[in-house]
Amino acid sequence: MPRKTPIDLVRAIVPRGIPHAGALGCELVSVEKGRAVVRLPWREEFVGNPETRAPSGGVITTLIDTAAGMAAMAALDEMVPIATLDLRIEYLKPAAEGRTIEAAAECHKVTRTIAFVRAWAYQDGRDDPVATASGTFMLDSSDAVLRPPPKKRP
Amino acid sequence: MNLLEELAAAKLARDPAAMAALFPYARYLGLGARLDEAGLVTVLRHDPTHIGNPVLPALHGGVVGAALETAALFHLMWAGDSARLPKIVTITFEYLRSARPRDLFARAEVTKQGRRVAHVSVAAWQDEPARPVAAAHGVFLLT
Repeated sequence: MPRKTPIDLVRAIVPRGIPHAGALGCELVSVEKGRAVVRLPWREEFVGNPETRAPSGGVITTLIDTAAGMAAMAALDEMVPIATLDLRIEYLKPAAEGRTIEAAAECHKVTRTIAFVRAWAYQDGRDDPVATASGTFMLDSSDAVLRPPPKKRP
Repeated sequence: MNLLEELAAAKLARDPAAMAALFPYARYLGLGARLDEAGLVTVLRHDPTHIGNPVLPALHGGVVGAALETAALFHLMWAGDSARLPKIVTITFEYLRSARPRDLFARAEVTKQGRRVAHVSVAAWQDEPARPVAAAHGVFLLT
């Protein structure tokens, strides 16, 4: 059987392999080399401000972090553990209640140690985002446990 | 009572938990607030649905981010007398250590408050405040 590629792994783990993304209801829309799209259907629990009923920024953060991490993973030739180093989110306008939010992420650069990702969250297409984001991910992070154990020297 | 009146009542009663309970997503995540000798602390009570990486296991960066962002908002609402709720403009999260599957605490401070915007720094920890697991810097619109 051929070895699983990072893209296969993204398909396998969204959403059930990421419990918090699964609990919120994240669904993988698409994944290709260095790109991932994840959507989040509306739930009443997402309301941040009960007066405007706009979803909490935290909902968008989780959606973007999930999509960005998957794009970084999908940019790799071989699977190594990754960890978010930083993530900046710009909230351009309030998201509307009652509607699915989608996040598209693109990994535009991978070095030996870092993956750089940009992301867009939107309800009416990527040209009309509710939020934009950029983040960096550490490759082969020190918290690695998915990595095989080092070979013992005799 | 409308939301701002309920918020004012919670502050008058010095009851940060009542403030936190006003916000549906905070309630859903199990985000509460309490006072200690240094001020307001936001608490994310652990729940297995917060996990992002079940192998480590570690909390999802998104739920850690939501806790940091909510801690900044709670801090501004608790300290401020604004007639409107603060609105988040940008926020940068720094993930310093992997967050383990247990309670997470966050404390915010205002770095600079102007008439229209506030810069807020937040630190989150699990074992001890001196070992933060994540930090954030956010800009909030006040008017």
